[in-house]
Amino acid sequence: MKDQKVKDTSPKPKENKSLAQEIAAGWQSLLLPLLAIFTGLLIGAIVIAVSDAKVVEAWAQFFQAPGAALAATWKAISTAYGALFGGALGSPKAIVEGFRTYVSTGESTDLLKAIYPLSESLTTSTPYIFAGLAVAVGFRCGLFNIGAEGQFFMGALGAAFVGYNMRGIPWFIHLPLALLGGAAAGAIWGAIPGYLKARFGAHEVVNTIMMNWIAFRLSDWLLNGPMKASGFRPVTPNIDQTAELPRFFADPLRLNWGFPLALLTAYLIYWLLFKTTIGFEIRTVGANPDAARYAGINIIKNFVLAMVISGALAGLSGSAQVLGVDHWVGQGFSAGYGFDSIAIALLGKSHPFGVVLAALLFGTLRSGATRMQSMAGIPIDIISIIQGLVIIFVAAPAIIRWLYRIKAISGEQTVLTRGWGK
Amino acid sequence: MTTQTQTQIVPLEKNLRSRIAWGSVLIVAGLLVLFLFGLTSEAGQSTKFGLNPGSGSQAIVVPDLIVPAQPSIYALALVLVFMGAYHMARGVKSTGILIGVLAFCFVAAFLVWAARDKSFSLVGMLGSSLVRATPIALAALCGVISERAGVVNIAIEGIMLITAQVAVVAATVSHNLWFGLLIAILAGGLLAALHAFLVIRFKVDQIVSGVAINIIGTGVTSFVSSRFLEKNTNLLNNSGTFPSISIPLLAKIPILGPVLFENTPIVFLTMILVAVLHIVLFYTPWGLRTRAVGEHPKAADTLGVNVYLVRYVNVIIGGMIAGIGGSYFTIGSVGRFDEVMTAGKGFIGLAAMIFGKWTPIGAFTSSLIFGFADSLQVKLQILRVPIPSEFLLMAPYIVTMIVMTGIIGRAIAPAADGAPYEK
Repeated sequence: MKDQKVKDTSPKPKENKSLAQEIAAGWQSLLLPLLAIFTGLLIGAIVIAVSDAKVVEAWAQFFQAPGAALAATWKAISTAYGALFGGALGSPKAIVEGFRTYVSTGESTDLLKAIYPLSESLTTSTPYIFAGLAVAVGFRCGLFNIGAEGQFFMGALGAAFVGYNMRGIPWFIHLPLALLGGAAAGAIWGAIPGYLKARFGAHEVVNTIMMNWIAFRLSDWLLNGPMKASGFRPVTPNIDQTAELPRFFADPLRLNWGFPLALLTAYLIYWLLFKTTIGFEIRTVGANPDAARYAGINIIKNFVLAMVISGALAGLSGSAQVLGVDHWVGQGFSAGYGFDSIAIALLGKSHPFGVVLAALLFGTLRSGATRMQSMAGIPIDIISIIQGLVIIFVAAPAIIRWLYRIKAISGEQTVLTRGWGK
Repeated sequence: MTTQTQTQIVPLEKNLRSRIAWGSVLIVAGLLVLFLFGLTSEAGQSTKFGLNPGSGSQAIVVPDLIVPAQPSIYALALVLVFMGAYHMARGVKSTGILIGVLAFCFVAAFLVWAARDKSFSLVGMLGSSLVRATPIALAALCGVISERAGVVNIAIEGIMLITAQVAVVAATVSHNLWFGLLIAILAGGLLAALHAFLVIRFKVDQIVSGVAINIIGTGVTSFVSSRFLEKNTNLLNNSGTFPSISIPLLAKIPILGPVLFENTPIVFLTMILVAVLHIVLFYTPWGLRTRAVGEHPKAADTLGVNVYLVRYVNVIIGGMIAGIGGSYFTIGSVGRFDEVMTAGKGFIGLAAMIFGKWTPIGAFTSSLIFGFADSLQVKLQILRVPIPSEFLLMAPYIVTMIVMTGIIGRAIAPAADGAPYEK
């Protein structure tokens, strides 16, 4: 009873205070992630330059023609990153131009063409927001959910199953049902490692990875068997139109209602984590399970609950992708989402709003990288390298501080994970 | 009750409940064997277990083992039911024996059933279990050596992926497999040094650092693959593999000879490493220091052990072992690199380490179980068992999850595992 009282009264002023603190130290908490991203991009640039045969040749003749070496390096990097950011954001000039034409003549073709890259970036960001939130909720409870990828895949399959199986029901029933199906499939996939962790202390890092592999094998079977569309390819049938997340513009712009839904979900998760008793319990278990146990909080329940929420969010991520963008599921549908979402959650400091910003960044990078691959011939995997580096730099701010000579201010350090079976 | 509960701590009632639970598990397994395998096979069918490897082996030829299918299955089912009933009534002291009997009878019955009217090479199966266990065992040994010093290393997967690629490229370019192996070992050491540097010097969360290295591992190898290897397969990604070596005399022993003593150098190296690590860890001053640092770094420090040095050295040696494991994937088995070819073996190795209670020999034995599950799955596909291959492929992962629950032999991690040390 006493705990209840503390819970009810204390959070608000405490949160405000920590918010004020954050604003005071604000520039640094913003600067460090930005520098982490910058350093990641810088090392990525070095990798691009070093892996370019022309650049290496030019450097071999550095002493004869130093200018040429530098020029070749610059050309390789600027072509790659130019294509990356051009592909992600489009050309501002063309957008203004297109807008002017639209206002004066009502002709929208140019404008739509100009905002296409931007729309693609937001579309790519949508599943990242959900998946980043999934990992963030886990972190808040002290759980490291590496299994977002498998949960994403199961969620996509669940949503697709509801999407193509139920016919002739109105959209306002079909669409929520499809989303629910996806969330439920993801939640089940998250609940299993959550339960094993809570009940037996089995480490969730290994188990979620194993669940990923089981999900891949299961999806192989489903896509070649029970869920296979007629034809040769191992893909599901297209979902019904009533289950689609409606798009804002005509094709080829794919921006859809999934994006606002993701933003809304981010707000709901913020509310859940910081404004409700459930969230308070989850965060307490994450911060200090022993203290939580003494305070009478049910650790097992919260571990499972956090993994269910986490899995459901990852499932929604897959659902948003299939219902809003692709409309069918094929093999390798989830590739990369699991690890990307970890990077996003870490970069966003496991805070829903931070996650949204980080997801927008990664969505932009990913969508630009596709263009970089086709324009500059740089494999899209460079993004994974940059992500890994960003994770290291975000997790070890000491490196960034040391690199850029930034003094540390004493602040809270969140424990992200714990050893085996503790 | 005539139970001999030597450990009086366990209350009798709990003991009884556990006995009933285990007993019914065994009886249910026996009935399953009876109904699933016994009643679906026909009288007169027999199963042939091959005890001789294919041609080119030095082993002395022995007659193959031919068993009548249905009676054998009935006998195995009977053993299971009897064991279950006996455990319920009288109690068997060690659950290890129960699990051993359960696993053996069930798998044996399954094999007899699956291979009825066909022949099944038992020696080939055991041999491929050992081969498939090799990368898992090396990953597990890497885990043992670093976690005994208190550093959790889940970067093994990424290290193995990168070293797999490094090994094949170095071996192809130099036309020398041993050079490839050497470079892979060095690369593994370097990557582990990065992990050690991040978690010891900068106190990065050990799991986060491991995950980051795994992500970079996937990224770098896929990047190099699509940028260089795909276009120049013959120049960079076609090394050939280590030939199989037979140890004179020992290889002639029937059954055991071809399984243990006709293998590639990496498999031999793994077996030697298990023995060496066991001796180093438990019979040398360095091993004592390592274990002290993993259990109670403060005490070790007080006694003059350099905690950081021990941790650095152990993690780096672990990385080198993982480097051998990585080279198994390319120059040890297929001779070329494919993207994401480690397929979770590094993580399975961690499960093997936990199941093996953080000891080299335990880790190796439990790797063999995973290797067995892995090769069983391949054999069953060949035997055309009416189970979709995708489900058989799940077997190693499911076994890992069961192991991680600790239902079977709970183990305790080194006390300071995963905790950064501050003076």
